[in-house]
Amino acid sequence: MVSRIIKKMYLWLMLLFLYAPIIVLIVFSFNDSRSRGKWNGFTLRWYAELFKDSNVLKALYYTIGIALLSAIISTIIGTFAAIGIHGLNGIGKKVILNLNYLPVLNPDIVTAVSLMTLYKFVGIEFGFITMLLSHVTFCVPYVILSILPKLKQMNNHLAEAAMDLGATPMYALRKVVIPEIMPGIFTGALIAFTLSIDDFVISFFNKGAGVTNLSIEIYSMARRGINPVINALTTLMFVVLIVMLIYINRKQEKSIKKKGGVI
Amino acid sequence: MRRGLKITLLILLISAISFTAIGCNDDKPTLNVYNWGDYIDPDVIKDFEEEFNVKVNYNTFATNEDMYVSIAKGGTSYDVAFPSDYMIERMINEGLLAEINKDNIPNMKNIGEEYLDLDFDPGNKYSVPYMWGTLGIIYNKTMVDDVVDSWDILWNEKYKGQILMLDSQRDSIGVSLKRLGYSMNTRDMNELEEAKNELIKQKPLVYAYVGDDVKQLMVAEEAALAVVWAGDAVAMIRENENLEYVYPKEGTNIWFDNMVIPKNAKNKELAEEFINFLNRPDIAARNVEYIGYSTPNVEAQKLLPEEIRNSQVAYPSKEKLEDTEIFVDMKDMLSIYDELWMEIKAER
Amino acid sequence: MKMKALSYPYVVWIAVFIVVPLALVLLYSLTYGDLSGMNFTLNNFKKFLDPRYLDVLWISVKLALESTALTLILGYPIALIIAKEKPSKRNTMIFLFVIPMWMNFLLRTYAWLTLLGKNGVINSIIEFLGFKPLNLLYNDGAVLLGMIYNFLPFMVLPIYSVLVKIDNSLIESAEDLGANRFQIFTKIILPLSIPGVITGITMVFMPAVSTFVISRLLGGGQYMLIGNLIEQQFLWVGDWHFGSAISIIMMIFILITMAVTSKFDTQKEGSGGLW
Repeated sequence: MVSRIIKKMYLWLMLLFLYAPIIVLIVFSFNDSRSRGKWNGFTLRWYAELFKDSNVLKALYYTIGIALLSAIISTIIGTFAAIGIHGLNGIGKKVILNLNYLPVLNPDIVTAVSLMTLYKFVGIEFGFITMLLSHVTFCVPYVILSILPKLKQMNNHLAEAAMDLGATPMYALRKVVIPEIMPGIFTGALIAFTLSIDDFVISFFNKGAGVTNLSIEIYSMARRGINPVINALTTLMFVVLIVMLIYINRKQEKSIKKKGGVI
Repeated sequence: MRRGLKITLLILLISAISFTAIGCNDDKPTLNVYNWGDYIDPDVIKDFEEEFNVKVNYNTFATNEDMYVSIAKGGTSYDVAFPSDYMIERMINEGLLAEINKDNIPNMKNIGEEYLDLDFDPGNKYSVPYMWGTLGIIYNKTMVDDVVDSWDILWNEKYKGQILMLDSQRDSIGVSLKRLGYSMNTRDMNELEEAKNELIKQKPLVYAYVGDDVKQLMVAEEAALAVVWAGDAVAMIRENENLEYVYPKEGTNIWFDNMVIPKNAKNKELAEEFINFLNRPDIAARNVEYIGYSTPNVEAQKLLPEEIRNSQVAYPSKEKLEDTEIFVDMKDMLSIYDELWMEIKAER
Repeated sequence: MKMKALSYPYVVWIAVFIVVPLALVLLYSLTYGDLSGMNFTLNNFKKFLDPRYLDVLWISVKLALESTALTLILGYPIALIIAKEKPSKRNTMIFLFVIPMWMNFLLRTYAWLTLLGKNGVINSIIEFLGFKPLNLLYNDGAVLLGMIYNFLPFMVLPIYSVLVKIDNSLIESAEDLGANRFQIFTKIILPLSIPGVITGITMVFMPAVSTFVISRLLGGGQYMLIGNLIEQQFLWVGDWHFGSAISIIMMIFILITMAVTSKFDTQKEGSGGLW
């Protein structure tokens, strides 16, 4: 009983730790002042200005778009790559894995500049595509990193057994391997999305005129002071996400109840 | 699982289509602007778009150096950019800028003479002034009882842990040089070493080396003294009346952000129209009221509210500006500066 | 297993997007002047062998090690607690832990200034309770806090994904055989979770060595870290050659460190497969 309470308290403490800055941001989105230094009264004017600010809205659009696309693409590439790499052995495997880790351990600026030089070398025009390719490049290694331990954990003979029983390799893949490693795929996609949504350096140097994302807009405001319109945006994004989360949670509980299971 | 996959592919398809579609709405000419974040009144842009029936793509950058790498790499083009003085000097020397056709910018006559024909762009062949400002000391009247008129106060033991310096190599080393009576653009190693040693001596007194958070910190009274730019000081004083701004007697840095047209700009004429538009007195006045820094457009200055026009912070008298220097591009000295800065930071 | 053919497309991707850029970085590190001039030199590497620069590398690695260790200690229990929850609650809780990371990093770090400042939220509460205000900002503690804050999900998620699929029957049989909670944890759960732990450590340590924004904002710019040094070479000084050399040195150093760490993986093959 005591351990249950301790566990709950620990979890809540950690959640408080993670959400404290978010709460600060939400509170200051209603602050009638440009500065985060002091409270000057309640106002909704930043929300009003947010909807007139086409730059920030455009940045939001691109940010979410690129994050979704790169999460999906890198998860697909990463899943197949991880399964393939898991089947390799020896030096080849080691080399590939270590190369795979380079975008993880390199500082953003090095990845950014080296990709930029690559695109320049090849002569591609910078734009949406170069930004997307760069995002996928740094996301896939994390997806692979997330899935490999699950593949290790999985019983190797499951797939073989399935094929012995007459399944085609594709079928074995779809129905046996992938469900086993699903938590890894899910984790990988989540991490990819998280990394992509917050990237500044790599995006800044690998984009073209007319493309932007929220990180770039926010970092660019650093010299002048971040416009509180951004706090309003953050608050709205946060509220939307929490509402979505609650909604999905309710739906899941309902569908489990319907199937006669226990929640 | 099958449904999930279908939905995923659908999202992919829709996103791909909509993103390529977004790029394809150019029946109107487009102007690619490359500016600091939040450095122009959004309504001014909307007015320009309406009056000239064009679309403006507003791209942002965080530092001069980021902008420089971005433009120098090529592969994409911007029509107007807003670099600072020393960066303009570098870009001119490297042939990255196009000469401006002043016949297309008649409103340049509204700009005060004192802001033109400066060392980094003699004759203003490549750039037109946009905003300017100075570096100084902001302090909290209730926390500092000495007279503040010199950079020395930042080395005063009494204020240990209450001093904020800028986390910027040139600004902080520049302050130290000025305090010792040297030029902010010196190449003399002895002078630089001396400045470095003074900064190392100062380090135990410094609360933190900060960037834009200096505004938040001073308004919240977390520190007593800080080095800031005049434009920021105006905003801070508005939030907290205990704050005051001074120009140190040893002199300080004056900076300019000018508008330039990169060589590979696709819409040079439209860019010049834009620069001309921004220099209309009423437009420039609106813009500078939004941004809060100082404008070089004297006709616009006349339209500003009296308290700002006469503010010694935003528009100081000529005597105060006598000992100011503009940063010069340091070129080969940059790695020396970098090593000095590293030694200062590495002291523990 | 024909499965390994699945890796071939990615091998091509790696060749284009990782190997070629790496080769370019290597080229920069070994030359000076214009890249097309191919003027080879080892000076860029020699320049780094200066005690000042080595000190910077050492401080960065030390900070990364401390952050990784603390993140592991704080993160493992979180992964464990969530993994033991009912399936419907689990996913929700994981999302709850990740959503704060989707808010811009700079904004969140600035918010910490409001929380940790001398006149900040935490100190206001402390003073209200009658205690003296604490010095919570611009010191080592603040930087570690920022690092943990930033990297926690990357430690929790991999460990969670492995813990979630630990066969319950193993635990049940251990209980039947009389093992207590502590023994079950140390003898069964912990060893089986090692692949996830190693992944978590990898995902935190590697980027932690090259992170510098957190130390700049929460440490008051009082540190010079290797990530900072590298970025300055590329952007401020404009010496891409020296910057590339430092990056290569850092890459080698980290890969060696990770190789040493993975020796602790007592299972047959490497889990993440490093070396």
